[in-house]
Amino acid sequence: MPDISIWTDYFGIYMKGFGNTVAASVIALLGSFAIGTIIAVFRISSVKPLRWAGTAYVEFIRNIPLLLVIFVFYYGLPSIGITLSGFICGTIGLMVYTASFVAEAIRAGIMSVPAGQTEAARASGLSYTGTMRHVVLPQAIKIVIPPLSNQFINLVKNSSILGVFAGFDLMYYGDQVAGKTYATFDTYLFVALLYLVLTLPLSYAALRLERRLAGNG
Amino acid sequence: MDIAGAFSYHNLIFILKGFGITLWVAFVAIALSFVLGSIAGTLRYMRIPVVSRILGVLVELIRNLPLLLILFFTYFAMPDIGVKLGVMSSAIVGLAVFEAAMISEIVRSGLSSIPKGQVEAARSSGLSYLQAVWHIVLPQGLRRMVPPMVSQFISLLKDTSLAIVISLPELMHNAKIVIAQSYDYTIPILAIVAVLYFAVNYALSLAAKRLENKRI
Amino acid sequence: MKNRSWMTAFVIVTMLAVVALTGCGSNEGGNGNNSGGANGGANGGEPSETSSALDAIKSRGKLVVGVKYDTKLFGLKDPASGKVEGFDVDIAKALAKQILGDETKLELKEVTSKTRIPMLNNNDIDMIVATMTITEERRKEVDFSDVYFKAGQSLLVKKGSPIASIDDIKKGTKVLAVKGSTSVDNIKAKAPDATVLEFDNYQDAFSALKAGQGDTLTTDNAILYGMEAQDPGYVVVGEPFTDEPYGIAIKKGSTDLLNSVNEGLKKLHDSGDYDKIYEQWIGKAPSGE
Repeated sequence: MPDISIWTDYFGIYMKGFGNTVAASVIALLGSFAIGTIIAVFRISSVKPLRWAGTAYVEFIRNIPLLLVIFVFYYGLPSIGITLSGFICGTIGLMVYTASFVAEAIRAGIMSVPAGQTEAARASGLSYTGTMRHVVLPQAIKIVIPPLSNQFINLVKNSSILGVFAGFDLMYYGDQVAGKTYATFDTYLFVALLYLVLTLPLSYAALRLERRLAGNG
Repeated sequence: MDIAGAFSYHNLIFILKGFGITLWVAFVAIALSFVLGSIAGTLRYMRIPVVSRILGVLVELIRNLPLLLILFFTYFAMPDIGVKLGVMSSAIVGLAVFEAAMISEIVRSGLSSIPKGQVEAARSSGLSYLQAVWHIVLPQGLRRMVPPMVSQFISLLKDTSLAIVISLPELMHNAKIVIAQSYDYTIPILAIVAVLYFAVNYALSLAAKRLENKRI
Repeated sequence: MKNRSWMTAFVIVTMLAVVALTGCGSNEGGNGNNSGGANGGANGGEPSETSSALDAIKSRGKLVVGVKYDTKLFGLKDPASGKVEGFDVDIAKALAKQILGDETKLELKEVTSKTRIPMLNNNDIDMIVATMTITEERRKEVDFSDVYFKAGQSLLVKKGSPIASIDDIKKGTKVLAVKGSTSVDNIKAKAPDATVLEFDNYQDAFSALKAGQGDTLTTDNAILYGMEAQDPGYVVVGEPFTDEPYGIAIKKGSTDLLNSVNEGLKKLHDSGDYDKIYEQWIGKAPSGE
């Protein structure tokens, strides 16, 4: 049986980390959604340089580890005079990294709407933005939501990497308690439970949403 | 920035050694997770009473935890239940278990995407349930699983970098040792590390695309 | 036809996986032999654990020691040679010679301040020789040998920094330290206003200092001198503000191993070899007791 006192004695510390993990996740989630949408629009744009830039971003970032991305922000940026804290670097890193996956999900969703529909909408007098808003996006969203929700669950889990960069997240404080008490197993067990508190409801909600969309579609 | 110093012969060899470890660990973990994940996914698809339920709970638990924690558990907690692994084996087992949970979901949903009617038709033509799954569902499902599986394998290769927390001497770990020599090495070394990861992963994703286009 | 080719692919990949696994297993058996032995030895001797730790090492013919790989002067892996070198490594070699009669009968494993105690308790290593300060809290977890090195906590700053001693650490000063080290507790006690940022190992902490992520790095002066030697743009400032006696940590209750380590240390002092190792790494003779 785990030693419950390891959990109760340091509860405040865990909660501090938990709060920061939630904060980093929410900020990175919103940010990655915004960046990802822009990149997705770039990728399907008819302007070639934009398309190239979008593709380069997605292909490059998707194929290197998150650890490396944050590493560049944390240890590399200061060499050009920009020094940001571990929490900020970690959150930006999560944002930039997740955005590449978000962009792909959104692009795939938009592409899934048959081109004929766009043409028909345009032919019937809708503007490009009007076509996007009223015809393409409402359909695309159904296809986009399942992979997107998966990416956001990944994001929450990936936020644990902040601990490596003194980011004051749940993992960081978990390390601290483990280092202090030497109760490695019990400490990380509690950390695991706290992560599950965040991710399990998200997974469940994602599943429900997916089923509902599938039912309607 | 000191490019010449950063890319000295010894440093490059050291970085490549780390890359070798990254590739080896990723290869073994991919193979393992593929086998484990396929078995688990198929069992879940078949809805075998107790077994599928237990597997489902396990998969959900593992999928919803950060890999960083799972690596810590395989390294520090497994000995408590009598399984003792070195750094490399811990990394491989941790990665394989985590990714197997992901793969099993891919397999399960790939199999579920095959219409049930096909199984029924096969059974009415005299095949047993197992035969129907093996000959009818699995071959079709496998084809649909290729794209998500390959991106999962790319994830795994990237995730090997997290084994840095248990001091696995992989690419990122060795890169850090080189960077520690001089801050001027930081950018050049990170650049070459990025190129190495990118080269392998991009090649993998291109191969997957070709495979996909050929088959479908 | 197509179905069959898929089946074949599946079977081939499965077989590859099995081959890779067994290959990996035997591979690890090859170089991780002794750790497995350590485990078997310690577990096998469970009923009379106190007498078996030393016997296990002897029957295995190899001493497995956890050292730092990222700490210049004490234990640093050199990318050029791939060798781990330093004061702690030489002490470990000397102990291997004392216990097994041959300093090459030694296997080093990388530890960090965060991983060393769990690794010892998991029987991954026989002992820790890794700049480890003897503290009362740690005594509850492990047994310590006699002091084999005397260090004191100090500060490392970039040349020209306004910080000249612990008194200059004010509210908001960012102090870099390593997870699981005594320095974290000490600095929090001596400079409660400081913002302490903790990293997994000294390399990360030093890289963070170089990147300007903190104003000063704190740990034992001996380790800081190594960083100073690595990059002359950084200096150790102020007098040490704590005593950090280093001990060799051994799993609790392994009395015979502990005795043999202490005996080995004593012989090392008597023969003058200790002074030689000390001078080689620290650059001066050890100060009198």
